[in-house]
Amino acid sequence: MFSDWDIGAIFDRDTIDGASLPAHKSEPYRLRISIGARAISRRALPILLAPLSGCSGVQSALAPAGEEAAAIFQLLLVMVVGGALVWFAVVGLLLHAARRRKAPWTEEQASRLILFGGVAFPVAVLLALLVYAVWLMPVIRPWFTRQTPEPEMIEVTGEQFWWRIRYPAADGMPAFQTANELRLPVGERVAFSLKAADVIHSFWIPALGGKMDMIPGRTNTLSLLATKTGVFRAPCAEFCGTSHALMAFSVIVMERADYVAWRRAQAMGDGTGGREGERLFAFHGCAGCHGIRGTASAASLGPDLTFFGQRQTVGAGALANTAENVARFIRNPDAVKPGAKMPAFDMLADGEITAIADYLVGLK
Amino acid sequence: MTDTAELSSEERGAQEAELREVWRTPSGWRYWTSVNNSDIGLWYGSAAFLFMLFAGVLALLVRVQLAVPDNDFLSADTFNQAFTLHGTVMMFLFAVPIFEAVAIFLLPSMLGARELPFPRLSAFGFWSFALGGVFVCGSILFGAAPNTGWFMYPPLATDKEYSGIGADIWLLGLSFIEVASIAAAVELIVGIMKCRAPGMRINMMPLFAWYLLIVAGMILFAFPPLIAGDILFEMERMFGWPFFDAARGGDPLLWQHLFWIFGHPEVYIIFLPAIALMAMIAPTFAQRPIVGYSWIVLAAVGTGFLSFGLWVHHMFTTGLPQISLAFFSAASEAVAIPTGVQIFVFIATMLAGRVIFSVPMLFGAGGLAIFVIGGLTGVMVALVPVDWQAHDTYFIVAHLHYVLIGGMLFPVVAGIYYYYPLLNARKLSDRLGKIAFWLMFIGFNVAFFPMHLAGLRGMPRRVFTYPADIGWDWFNLISTIGAFIFAAGVTIVVVDVLRPKHRQPKEEQNPWNAGTLEWISEPEEKWGVRSIPIIRSRYPIWDQPGLVEDIKAGRYYLPDAKDGARETLVTSVLDAEPLQCLRVGGTSVLSILAAFSLGGVFIALTFHWWIVTAACAVITLVAIVAWLWTGTAVIPRDEMRDVGLGKTLPLYMSGPQSVGWWAMFITMAGDGTAYASLIFGYFFYWTIHNDFTGGHAGPGLLWPLAAAGLFTLAWLAMLLARRVNGGDRPALTRLLLLLSLLLTLAAGGAGLAGPYFAGMDPTVHVYPAIVWVVTLWTVVHGGVGIVMQLYCLTRSLAGRMDRHHDMDLRNVVLYWHFLVITAITSFGVLGLFPELR
Repeated sequence: MFSDWDIGAIFDRDTIDGASLPAHKSEPYRLRISIGARAISRRALPILLAPLSGCSGVQSALAPAGEEAAAIFQLLLVMVVGGALVWFAVVGLLLHAARRRKAPWTEEQASRLILFGGVAFPVAVLLALLVYAVWLMPVIRPWFTRQTPEPEMIEVTGEQFWWRIRYPAADGMPAFQTANELRLPVGERVAFSLKAADVIHSFWIPALGGKMDMIPGRTNTLSLLATKTGVFRAPCAEFCGTSHALMAFSVIVMERADYVAWRRAQAMGDGTGGREGERLFAFHGCAGCHGIRGTASAASLGPDLTFFGQRQTVGAGALANTAENVARFIRNPDAVKPGAKMPAFDMLADGEITAIADYLVGLK
Repeated sequence: MTDTAELSSEERGAQEAELREVWRTPSGWRYWTSVNNSDIGLWYGSAAFLFMLFAGVLALLVRVQLAVPDNDFLSADTFNQAFTLHGTVMMFLFAVPIFEAVAIFLLPSMLGARELPFPRLSAFGFWSFALGGVFVCGSILFGAAPNTGWFMYPPLATDKEYSGIGADIWLLGLSFIEVASIAAAVELIVGIMKCRAPGMRINMMPLFAWYLLIVAGMILFAFPPLIAGDILFEMERMFGWPFFDAARGGDPLLWQHLFWIFGHPEVYIIFLPAIALMAMIAPTFAQRPIVGYSWIVLAAVGTGFLSFGLWVHHMFTTGLPQISLAFFSAASEAVAIPTGVQIFVFIATMLAGRVIFSVPMLFGAGGLAIFVIGGLTGVMVALVPVDWQAHDTYFIVAHLHYVLIGGMLFPVVAGIYYYYPLLNARKLSDRLGKIAFWLMFIGFNVAFFPMHLAGLRGMPRRVFTYPADIGWDWFNLISTIGAFIFAAGVTIVVVDVLRPKHRQPKEEQNPWNAGTLEWISEPEEKWGVRSIPIIRSRYPIWDQPGLVEDIKAGRYYLPDAKDGARETLVTSVLDAEPLQCLRVGGTSVLSILAAFSLGGVFIALTFHWWIVTAACAVITLVAIVAWLWTGTAVIPRDEMRDVGLGKTLPLYMSGPQSVGWWAMFITMAGDGTAYASLIFGYFFYWTIHNDFTGGHAGPGLLWPLAAAGLFTLAWLAMLLARRVNGGDRPALTRLLLLLSLLLTLAAGGAGLAGPYFAGMDPTVHVYPAIVWVVTLWTVVHGGVGIVMQLYCLTRSLAGRMDRHHDMDLRNVVLYWHFLVITAITSFGVLGLFPELR
């Protein structure tokens, strides 16, 4: 099904341009230094190469691919240059003051320095910056009440330690639930309704814009406008417990047509996976928490796994999405992701785990 | 001082022997019962420094874990404990206490006083701090340290399964330490306002005293909101009162407000005293008075005020309305201006003088260069859009360390190198100091500069690991290397301080040729100043010729210790006119006993050992009453004391003239702030809900209004008691005290009856919970009032209170002023507000 799409080739990890997100526990590629004992043994694990090029920008505010990120980047650049000038001026003056000079300044000259350097100059500069930033806020984060019509809201809920994502029904596209991977159309403002199920999390796609907290009992809103297609990574930005570091989702910005096609296909689901894996998935209770549309599994306690094979990572950014890693995760989630709520399934036979993993990875 | 008869050397020797005996630090194990400011200051500072080294080691562990991607040097949970404790210890056990330590050590001699007004309170503060600190730090050895970040955001930190006992250790251990901090703040404010040498008008105070006065005031208003928050937090954890539980009407954001109302002033509470050290060091090495004394004082006051209006900039991403974000953004930018003024005052002073460049100046200037970067990144993140990206990333980690290490740690090291001769009569090594500086300066920048980039490239804070190839690998490795270089520099400072120096020749008394009074104190003498001088300049050693010799020859006030009591002068607040000869408390075990038993209360609470808690509470009460009974408001044998120079001053003073009254007033200002924070909570819930009662019954009108009325009557009875006592009618005074006590009992009962008879269950919803908390706060204060009334009654019956010696009663009436305001507010709000809505 995936290969029917034009966009398929771009995101197929086997192609040369394949952009896939770096995930944890893969081989440290450039830095071959490790301190802990287990880290050494981890090298023996099957290597999954995250392509070197193109990856260092996936989670960077310095490589903007969205309107808000670009505006903030520009503001930041101005301030970095200005800040550097101020710093050199102040330190230069300090060094000059520390030198032995022929004649010290008079008290009057020195007081004038305080007045101009310490008061007048900062007041002028800070005021200008403030006016610009306050003007910028509603531009990059418009108030929805002023907008007509209100944009559709994608609901994202932070849970320890993954992301529940609900697309609403819109334009003949039915509603559906997915997890840990967000797809967005390029060039359109998309709004998010942000919630938290347990503790505070924070929703942040650095390449597209700034963050917004997800707070239990409250619903925050944020809208973003992606200006470039591509694959990005979005970490949880508020400390949320043991595996806060292992809570990220992928963001894939697509052309409108591909996006629509993807949403339609997602809503329908896929029941064409491996029969044996599907049976084991239900038999061993996986279906008690995880839903897969198109099959009998309809639970929604844990992350939805429909078209799991299309996803970049397993465990919300914890590992790259390969059958080996899926099997590893099923065997003992806590070893990969300390504090994860999913119980260990190490009592299952290796063959069964492999079958389930193959089944999940095959859901494309 | 030509108008006094010159003493012979024998007379002078006799005076010195007398003074030495009175101010002697006991030996053997009793050494630890000393309350002398120079001992307490030294212990306080050393303990804070040790905690800093401990937290530094934790930071190194964190850096090792993050040196390479996907590392497993530390487990996720150990990492989370390590960074939580690192932040907590640096903030609460190092950054604030080190200045209380320096202030306790330096202030008396800097102000020309023998001692601070409440030496036993200083000792109490130190022992509380030391015990609480060891308790909090020790928890990591049992894997039970707090692990939710130093900001303790609920609901993560209220989740008992996740946070275990660590969160209780944080809440109770730190509340205990906050009590110590507030004790120190009271001590410093009263000391600075009332114990300056005669003639040292308020505009002549050394800048260090100005800064400490401002900072102590900030502590007084910043720490109580956190204490209020701690109370709500611990009630939720222990008894399930849902203050922060959204499912039962609570809101996690209330904690964030209370925490940052404390947390942001905290940054300036840390930063201002360091600037104060620079304000002492820069003039000495420029060999001229500071340029722009009024500028810098106004700037410091301005910074203090503004710092209370910035807290929301820690909450720019919580979804608050943009209009309030804009307001707090403006305030955050504004605070850069007084900060800039202070920096330019130093540069201007250097430019107008001839700078002698030595190790303290090296650390000062290096710290300034670092701090300016932190200030500039601060200006960046104070702009809301930039913060939306930078918040909770390594950019902020870099920013805050540039601010705190440049703005605080470097000046502290400068201070250590500058003031070390006051401890030991010897200087630290110039060579080691320079090596330490360059290691620290280079190591710091190597460690923290790359974090700006890592953060902007998307690295969040508080991650125990990160994937390879996301663009952070090199930044993190370099940061770790830098951290170890920095640590090497700190180690050299420690070595320099600890190395034996007995073969090094002693320096002259004022080796840097400084102009301020602290340099008259002699390391081997405990009396602070030999005689209390008359001050006519901001830099008296420079401007008053012969001052040092005259002080040492005992030609000024209080050159002797006739009655074998520790004495210092109390002067008026603005003009420093001599008012009283104050006898301060001497060596005592009571302050240690009080501190340890109060510590016992907090520690036993952590483990829910209720009986131990109650026992410790009783011991605390007994110890404090014994301390007050024997140590304060002692009625002197003589009314007046000849303090020298033909001046005779009273030994006993009561009411607004006395230091005890001021201490009560200041303490109650802090107490009132904590109370205001609870009331803020009440109205906060009202603003976030359509119906903040959640449909639950309130306490009604009758009982709350009855309670308010009875508290008012009790207060009137107290006013009357004070008046009658002034008319020398002890029997009627006692009767009125008793009447007021009974009225208070009734008032408390009525207060409790409201929510009790309305069947308000505090575990069901936040509305009954906040009503109960406000009620209990008020009733407990009523209970403390009753203890005070009993104390006054006993004093009166023991013949220790009469119409002239009524300090106890006056201070208790002052407490009652605050109590009656609290009671009327509480019961007025609880009773009337639900009706008025």
